[in-house]
Amino acid sequence: MTTLTKTEDAPAPTGPESFLSVRDLRVQFSTEDGIVKAVDGLSFDVERGKTLGIVGESGSGKSVTNLTILGLHNPRTTTIDGEIVLDGKELVTATEKELEQLRGNKMAMIFQDPLTALSPYYTVGRQLSEPYRKHTGASKKEAKDRAIQMLEKVGIPQPKVRFDDYPHQFSGGMRQRAMIAMALMCDPDLLIADEPTTALDVTVQAQILDLLKDLQQEFGSAIIFITHDLGVISNMADDLLVMYAGRAVERGSVKEVLRTPKHPYTWGLLSSMPRLDGDIHTELTPIPGAPPSLLNPPSGCPFHPRCAFKDKVSGTLCTDVRPPLGEGRDSACHLTAEQKQTIFIDEIQPRLR
Amino acid sequence: MSENLTLPAQQGSTDPTPTETLLEVKGLTKHFPIYGGFPIKRKVGAVQAVDGVDLTVGVGESLGLVGESGCGKSTTGRLITRLLAPTAGQITYAGQDITHASRRQLAPVRSEIQMIFQDPYSSLNPRQTVGTIIKSPMEVNGINPEGGREKRVRELLELVGLNPEHYNRFPHEFSGGQRQRIGVARALALNPKLIVADEPVSALDVSIQAQVVNLLQKVQQELGIAFVFIAHDLAIVRHFSQRVAVMYLGKVVEVGDRDSIYNRPRHPYTHALLSAVPEVEISDESESRERIRLAGDVPSPIHPPSGCRFRTRCWKAQDKCATEEPPLVQLSGNRAGHLTACHFPEDPTTEARDEDVVLDPALKALEEDQD
Repeated sequence: MTTLTKTEDAPAPTGPESFLSVRDLRVQFSTEDGIVKAVDGLSFDVERGKTLGIVGESGSGKSVTNLTILGLHNPRTTTIDGEIVLDGKELVTATEKELEQLRGNKMAMIFQDPLTALSPYYTVGRQLSEPYRKHTGASKKEAKDRAIQMLEKVGIPQPKVRFDDYPHQFSGGMRQRAMIAMALMCDPDLLIADEPTTALDVTVQAQILDLLKDLQQEFGSAIIFITHDLGVISNMADDLLVMYAGRAVERGSVKEVLRTPKHPYTWGLLSSMPRLDGDIHTELTPIPGAPPSLLNPPSGCPFHPRCAFKDKVSGTLCTDVRPPLGEGRDSACHLTAEQKQTIFIDEIQPRLR
Repeated sequence: MSENLTLPAQQGSTDPTPTETLLEVKGLTKHFPIYGGFPIKRKVGAVQAVDGVDLTVGVGESLGLVGESGCGKSTTGRLITRLLAPTAGQITYAGQDITHASRRQLAPVRSEIQMIFQDPYSSLNPRQTVGTIIKSPMEVNGINPEGGREKRVRELLELVGLNPEHYNRFPHEFSGGQRQRIGVARALALNPKLIVADEPVSALDVSIQAQVVNLLQKVQQELGIAFVFIAHDLAIVRHFSQRVAVMYLGKVVEVGDRDSIYNRPRHPYTHALLSAVPEVEISDESESRERIRLAGDVPSPIHPPSGCRFRTRCWKAQDKCATEEPPLVQLSGNRAGHLTACHFPEDPTTEARDEDVVLDPALKALEEDQD
């Protein structure tokens, strides 16, 4: 069986700096086709005022992780193992009532598609003020003032008039701004943004990303930023977690991971992406094959069926043993550190020019 | 139509080699009527999806069409393939006017202009096998290739990188990337001269996108097929297209060879678009790019702004922009074939400016606070 770095024995330092700490998280769904191992042994920390970027393709478990943090999974079909500690509070074992106290208050979420995440039946203003009133016990008037103030902050023109509008009267970019305003209403310590700009045009995306960055400076929230776009993450995040098939395969600061990546999957992602200032005559180097099914993930390293470098590892290590991901800057791969460095400098870097 | 009727775009199109014009589009317009009123529905307005677009595509050339959602790039693609009938304007394919050609007249042309759709899930019939899907264009056009249709389909499957033994499988047995390959094989079945690819990779995962882009590039280079490549991803368009047209609210605002558009853009919108693309900083040496943050979203194409359509979001707009529509012309200092529709063009560089252009009021306020 696969071996793992045991983290349960030695509880992670949940000191003042790691505000959210996720340890050995496993999320499984039982479906008609079998058990889906959506997240399989994931650990990470987020510091206050910092942004953790999570990149991965569809089905890599990045969204599931964050729905689990918020407790938004379906409890009947989901089994969760591991621990999630938010500011000293254990979330996996928390009751629905305790979670309710935290959601929208201490932690908030910005969803991908603002049109489906906002209710079409209520005005934007009502949707903004409701959680604020529930959590702070403010009066209707106070909540309205706060909502108008937040709408103004995120750049909705004429916030007093717009307060009474319905979501369909907003444009795509404005809806996403309203979502951000809603998430920030109670001044949350943790903000989870799940592909917040994927549905938007590039010029609007640039506005929203800058807005999030500026608001973070002002409010000092920790942000978990989920995306599949390495360009977006490069601009937004401080730390980066690369996920593949429900597991973290590489971790480090954004600069470290994007400039000196160490995992073959990260190499693949970077060299399959054309760049605005890259050489047009270098052909893109795609990752062969397709992401695995999580019903029946590959044994050992989940990336081995698509990995171009598994021959360099002796024996059947890649197919049998799951490579561990240590603390801090690390990559879950059986290649030795020297091998990784030579391969990156000789083969990968020339492709990125 | 007469061959000597050339567009400014084509006159000095020197990049990369002067080619014969395959497709020429002039003043192409498509307005979708809006009906309203009770009890008798009347036309109360129109969505001006495409409004006077001029384009040329040379033989074997790839023209990229970029712009944000709602700018009319997909509608333009559908008009070129005549899946939609234009409201006004003219489409000339290989010297033949097909603007209002009837079904019968269009039949021979249809086999030469093919389309690849965005969504590989909805563009394949789930009740047909892969073989039937790829074979059906040949059946419709009564084409009997040497060795039979099935042999040709197997060749095509091999060409697009699928196993020919998958002939009898159904689309649901394939992943997104493989389905898109089936779509490419279907488009190639009739040996087309022009393929309109409408966002062919945007529905795919990042690691799969490159596979399909490489396949399309191989097809374009080896078979010499001209492409109209519609996409919103500027980096992919740059990788794939020799010439690029930038659209905004139903109009082409700038068109030119790849190098001109990406390195020497003149239209403020092209500048804004390029500066908004998030790029991975893989080294410290990466040149700093200009930072432009527009305010708000694209206006509605039902009531587009007068004059220059970009003026409502432009930092250089003056009174003239509201009254006079800028023509698409070659500006002094631009290469031949690089046309820009702007009264007050920007400098031809994408390097960082002394001062960022930040029009968004919320961003401005927050950034001033922090300074």
